[in-house]
Amino acid sequence: MTRHTLSVLVEDKPGVLTRVASMFARRAFNINSLAVGPTENPGISRMTVVVDADGDLIEQVTKQLNKLVNVIKIVELVPENSVQRDHILVKVRADAATRLQVTQAADLFRASVVDVSTDSLTIEATGYADKLAALLNVLEPFGIREIVQAGTLAIGRGSRSMGDRALRAS
Amino acid sequence: MSKGTPASPALMAAKSSGHGAHGGAAPGVVSTQNPASDVVGPNNVVAPVQMTGSEALVRSLEELGVKDIFGLPGGAILPTYDPLMASKLNHVLVRHEQGAGHAAQGYAMVTGEVGVCIATSGPGATNLVTAIMDAHMDSVPLVAITGQVASSVIGTDAFQEADIVGITMPITKHSYLVTDANDIPRVLAEAFHLASTGRPGPVLVDFAKDAQQAQMTFSWPPVIDLPGYRPVFRGHSKQLREAARLIREAQKPVLYVGGGVVKANAAEELLALAELTGAPVVTTLMARGVFPDSHPLHVGMPGMHGSVSAVTALQQSDLLITLGARFDDRVTGVLSSFAPHAKVIHADIDPAEISKNRTADVPIVGSVKEIIPDLAAAVKAEFEANGPSDLGDWWAFLGNLRDTYPLGWTEPEDGLMSPQRVISRIGELTGPEAVYVAGVGQHQMWAAQFIKYERARSWLNSGGAGTMGYSVPAAMGAKVGNPDRVVWAIDGDGCFQMTNQELATCRINNIPIKVAVINNSSLGMVRQWQTLFYNSRYSNTDLNTGHDTIRVPDFVKLADAYDCVGLRCERVEDIDATIEAALAINDRPVIIDFVVSPDSMVWPMVPSGVSNDQIQVARNMTPVWDEED
Repeated sequence: MTRHTLSVLVEDKPGVLTRVASMFARRAFNINSLAVGPTENPGISRMTVVVDADGDLIEQVTKQLNKLVNVIKIVELVPENSVQRDHILVKVRADAATRLQVTQAADLFRASVVDVSTDSLTIEATGYADKLAALLNVLEPFGIREIVQAGTLAIGRGSRSMGDRALRAS
Repeated sequence: MSKGTPASPALMAAKSSGHGAHGGAAPGVVSTQNPASDVVGPNNVVAPVQMTGSEALVRSLEELGVKDIFGLPGGAILPTYDPLMASKLNHVLVRHEQGAGHAAQGYAMVTGEVGVCIATSGPGATNLVTAIMDAHMDSVPLVAITGQVASSVIGTDAFQEADIVGITMPITKHSYLVTDANDIPRVLAEAFHLASTGRPGPVLVDFAKDAQQAQMTFSWPPVIDLPGYRPVFRGHSKQLREAARLIREAQKPVLYVGGGVVKANAAEELLALAELTGAPVVTTLMARGVFPDSHPLHVGMPGMHGSVSAVTALQQSDLLITLGARFDDRVTGVLSSFAPHAKVIHADIDPAEISKNRTADVPIVGSVKEIIPDLAAAVKAEFEANGPSDLGDWWAFLGNLRDTYPLGWTEPEDGLMSPQRVISRIGELTGPEAVYVAGVGQHQMWAAQFIKYERARSWLNSGGAGTMGYSVPAAMGAKVGNPDRVVWAIDGDGCFQMTNQELATCRINNIPIKVAVINNSSLGMVRQWQTLFYNSRYSNTDLNTGHDTIRVPDFVKLADAYDCVGLRCERVEDIDATIEAALAINDRPVIIDFVVSPDSMVWPMVPSGVSNDQIQVARNMTPVWDEED
């Protein structure tokens, strides 16, 4: 299975997320992560969907997504031509004895400490999925109490905007 | 490239091209459509006028050119039923909402226009679900209108509240919940545009009660706003040339024709292409009639119960010219063994069907209404440049198969009538101008096999969904759409008991359909599988309606109770006279109880889970293949 990152422009209308999620479910496609938010164009949202699928299947996923009336445009973002970021908040056990080691580890990954208590630290980190996995590996021995993670965000490199082209076409 | 690359250029076709000149022209689905507008209907200009949401709903349907609708009122749709009373729309009051849904399907299938059904919230709406799913599977243009509880109480489990938009999301082409009366004209115009263009399908529009009651400003035509919906109509010229080259080179081509050719009204174009190429034609269950059965190029219906010549033509082919068909499992059998030597040209308006089940060598996205004549022109050029292909050996092989293994039946040993004979005679005595509407099961397969179809839209059935109970209400809708044609419901005793309440609708509204109940006293297709694969253990398939049973219900008495004409036929020598008697009655519905043998089976058959090469012409009898290779 290969990992694919699809950027999907959709109309910002009630039920759009349900339509996308339900299509994935009923066609037995696997969503690895999903992030949704507004764009530079009012009324248009952008979903970043990460899917594990082989060649024929990703084609079918894209075609079925395209059939949804509220879907305006789909582009697959390949790592070489895009910036892809994951975002994580992690709560780590840290007392007076270990606090410095934990903050040093965070520094190495250019992560920042966003909350402190007597026996824990909360660290915020952004980066490629691999980098975040490495960070978690390093933090593991101190004791990870809680993790929360957002879906992958991705954007094409260069000056052109996916929204411009999609809206011009219509 | 700065934007990343699409997964494949073909994927983007659906949303990135082909709008422009063809944006407003449905592939023949809605003949009244103004080519300059995406709004269905005559596009009369109506200056702004105040009215209620309900009045706007009814007025929008009128402006969209709707003539007949099928429905049943209830609390949440009551506001709309009031202006309906004064409307020129013909509303047919059904006895069960499922009947309204199938009637709208039958109406759409014979007329090519959008069928409309209407129901209230909650159970009214959920009773439409089967018909909506059926229309989705068979790509029938349908608009389902439902009432919804007031927007202020949506989400509170109010009386008769059901999330019908959510329930039908997987089985509609699109759906709307309308909570603002001002949206009504636009939403209905979009719903009709979506239902009837591209790959047709069901669109559900759920109207909150307060939106129906609110005041709004109505004007027509509204502006359709569907930035993500741009079906492609013209096929890509490079692909068409490549397809023509393959057709020219093929030794064993087959035109594999599906229901999309019916939906696109492309029967004439198909005939021209077939005669130009000289290739054999198979018509799937959904396409029966779109190519005349009597035409020498027709080799039959493919699939699980297809003819030996049609199934074998596909299996042995070196080129499938696939037009508006979708490689359904009932056609292909075990996919990996289907047509193993064939290259595939696949033309379909839905890009997602192409290479879904079988990889296409030449994919062509577009309407077959446009693609078939373009392909014919390309083939003609190819033939002129390189000479026509010689299909002599191929036809010798197929002709031999067609002669050796014609469709037929053996008389049952119990002395009862054979259902195949009854159905054959109905077709022969009524002729190709009639409309035949089947339920689901053995009688459906026999009706597909033994009635000769010469005309598109003369054969209706529930193909993809396999909905028992489709026949009577769909025949009712077909008769409303084609009042001057004889409409036969070819039904089974099991199916008939699921939806026969619509006989009341037919009787009261003067919709004189003819119902042939092929009464083998059982759920026949299930029983056939029990005979073949479950050691003749008949678990829960006996219905006690037939010969030597207590006959509950008695179909003749049931007809009588509905003030219809009930006839019973139990002897071969009475078949013709009974059919002729039914054909002579046109002032009310006729129900004929044809008491037939429960032991008759549908042959040929490709058993489930094996290759189509294992087709059996009778129990455990497989034809001898490949006399030439």
